Amino acid sequence: MSSTTNHIPSLEAARIPVLEVGNLCVSYKGHGGIQKVVHNIAFDVHPGEVVAIVGESGSGKTTTAQAVIGLLAENGSVDSGFVKLNGTDISGWSQRQLDTIRGGKISLIPQDPVSSLNPVKTIGDQVGEILRIHRWGNQREIDARVLELLARVGLSQPELRAKQYPHELSGGMRQRVLIAIAVALQPALIIADEPTSALDVTVQKRILDLIDELRRENGTAVLLVTHDLGVAADRANRLIVMKDGRVQEQGPTEEILASPKSEYTRQLLADAPSLRGAQRLSRGGGVRHEEQGDAIVVENLIQDFSVRGGTQETFRAVDGVSFKVRRGSTHAIVGESGSGKTTTARSVVGFQKPTSGRIVVEGVDVTTLRGDALRQFRQTIQLVYQNPFGSLDPLQTVFQIIEEPLLNFERIPREERAQKVRRILERVGLPEAVLERKPRALSGGQRQRVAIARALILNPKVIILDEAVSALDVTVQAQILRLLDELQQALDLTYLFISHDLAVVRQIADTVSVLHNGRQVDVGTVEEVFRRPKSDYTRELIKAIPGQRGSAGSDISLSLLGASS
Amino acid sequence: MTGLNSTVRTEGPALQDLSSTLRRSDHALLHSALLRWRALRRVSAGLVLSWLVIATVILWAIFPAWFTSYSGTVGVARQQLRAPSAEHWLGTDALGRDLLARLIYGAGNSLSGALVAVAVGLVVGTALGLVAGSARGKVDSVIMRGVDVLLSIPQLLLSLSIVILLGFGTVNAAIAVGITSIASFARLARSEVVRVRASDYVEAAFGSGGTFSRVLLRHVLPNSLTSVVGLAALQFGAAILAISTLGFLGYGAPPPTPEWGLLIAEGRNYIARAWWLTTAPGVVLILVVLAANRISLSFGKIRL
Repeated sequence: MSSTTNHIPSLEAARIPVLEVGNLCVSYKGHGGIQKVVHNIAFDVHPGEVVAIVGESGSGKTTTAQAVIGLLAENGSVDSGFVKLNGTDISGWSQRQLDTIRGGKISLIPQDPVSSLNPVKTIGDQVGEILRIHRWGNQREIDARVLELLARVGLSQPELRAKQYPHELSGGMRQRVLIAIAVALQPALIIADEPTSALDVTVQKRILDLIDELRRENGTAVLLVTHDLGVAADRANRLIVMKDGRVQEQGPTEEILASPKSEYTRQLLADAPSLRGAQRLSRGGGVRHEEQGDAIVVENLIQDFSVRGGTQETFRAVDGVSFKVRRGSTHAIVGESGSGKTTTARSVVGFQKPTSGRIVVEGVDVTTLRGDALRQFRQTIQLVYQNPFGSLDPLQTVFQIIEEPLLNFERIPREERAQKVRRILERVGLPEAVLERKPRALSGGQRQRVAIARALILNPKVIILDEAVSALDVTVQAQILRLLDELQQALDLTYLFISHDLAVVRQIADTVSVLHNGRQVDVGTVEEVFRRPKSDYTRELIKAIPGQRGSAGSDISLSLLGASS
Repeated sequence: MTGLNSTVRTEGPALQDLSSTLRRSDHALLHSALLRWRALRRVSAGLVLSWLVIATVILWAIFPAWFTSYSGTVGVARQQLRAPSAEHWLGTDALGRDLLARLIYGAGNSLSGALVAVAVGLVVGTALGLVAGSARGKVDSVIMRGVDVLLSIPQLLLSLSIVILLGFGTVNAAIAVGITSIASFARLARSEVVRVRASDYVEAAFGSGGTFSRVLLRHVLPNSLTSVVGLAALQFGAAILAISTLGFLGYGAPPPTPEWGLLIAEGRNYIARAWWLTTAPGVVLILVVLAANRISLSFGKIRL
């Protein structure tokens, strides 16, 4: 399928572009005055084409998309430039004028399927609404068309779905509903703003396949806004790379991937885990690991949760997971949301008691620890959270945050504490100036460094990284991964790396467990699991990694072999 | 000044000759002045007035003698029930006492009463909410059902019963009013604590070896206090009103203490002949309550 997306009929490309954006400047009014966020953007999208705008958060990619469809936030305004839809300039149009084309000629697939549907209306109502607004036909025709659309986007039992409410559907199903709404009137252009960022990889692949299919069927052009270079490389005919509100580079996907012209694009390509192939950042010397003992041993871990309301009913979140992690190595636990990977991690840290099974960390059986023994055990193992915005107390300064673990154990003189904090701060690559700042004055990457510093200050032997880089932009993600690798080398740390992102796992882990619905479906060294996955699920997961069109071959195991030999 | 810098920087190095650069910095200066003016204007006149009212009343409470030469409790002979005049700005009551003086001396009683009431509600309510929200389980259920019982009794009825139990008097009335506000403080504090308790940084604090009480004091309490403080400001106005209500009904400060509610109650008997006796304290009371509410609203908006 991926090969067909490359070729657009040359006839179509010659026609007038569906969308032509020229010289677009957008600014926001804020407390500190007017801030320009998009500078002189120019690009066009031809019929049937997929154009991807790629950039990190704050690059202005979403603002550009919003400006095109006239949905800028209230304090935003288009300062200059034009937006031509099929040759007509719509940039100066009023909201009422825009209403006539939105949904009909140009439509939007929003990012967050959870908040984008109205919770008190049925799915059928919401899909039908767009048809009603644009006076598509009478009620009977609309009802029939709604069912047709729901079936078309791959929802089973469309009659049932039409009567259901959004909360009864999974994230992937909701995204399908949003796509049904977007394609209902067969628009000339669909703007897809991070359409799959909130979804698991396998669901992401299916949704992107669906968009591709619908695009080919109707000849619709797609403007894909994404932070994921892998997704863009797989799906787009042309790429627009944005940074700080400016276009860094644009051109055909193959050309940019093969020979990026701008420094930033090169950086982005180097940092994108899915495009890097299978390079482990540094091999911590497999032999050395063998000599040392196991830092973590998990045997037949089972975790049940009682279902709320139900008296005897329990839900098995983790079902018989076993793995061993050698001292100084990294073990990854991979799985989709609901696979039990975070539950496993929390059991290992001792935040919850497993229903049955054995967890031994550095010779201590975690499951038997209680009270103060458990508290003392915290010096051995630390957890770094996914979201650096939520894991730091907003009222504390960076110094207080990093210092706090020291206050919980043996009293150390103030001077010595301050010294330790400074040393660890330097270790994680932060300037001393941040010590007096509050977390909100730091960027996401800086916050994650602070969180790592807090985890390190007690000199733990094991660090659990719960999706610790998932919320970060690719370049920042790459920096943090390098930092983690350095720290592992220097301090001989053992990592348990929880992630949904196989591409990242390839970069950092030595061994890996794949979890699916609480069961461990695959376990072994990264190379083994990637080369000879035992389960169908792992195979599907590997196939779903975006960015494979850009790497050596479509078969991931080939590129892995190539890189490791 | 940040506005100035950013406008200059973002507009870029396109222009290079000196004169245009100068013009540009003039423009930027004008711009920053405009911003400052806007910042000033954002503080509304109503808020400034509210602070003035509260400041005046506080000064009345602390230094009553600065504002009047009359006594608040001893009347002047042959000056009963005089209408407002240059001598007595707000007139006199049936015993010849200057009404303005009584209002000024009464501020101390009303304000300190409200302060005590809010303090009781804030401290006890927040403590209950903190324990309920962080312990959860049975403790939570017991505390919150108790709070529900408190909420189900009409506030006035509850405070009257408490005064009867504790005995009459200014402080007891204040405590009674305070107890009635415990429920709303506890509810708000609990919901905030539950929210903060679920956050990653609290778990991280436990994860780095923090003990229960230490994490509670270091993270949970400070982070849940913001909206509780907002409620305290709002309760201040309500407490003044409630204490005056008790005073009006005769459950508060005994005569001849100049308490605002009591002033209104005493003036009621002469309402046909001396309208100022009820009107003036009533207006002052309304102004203070409105001012307190307006200020608490502005607290809510700042919310760090």
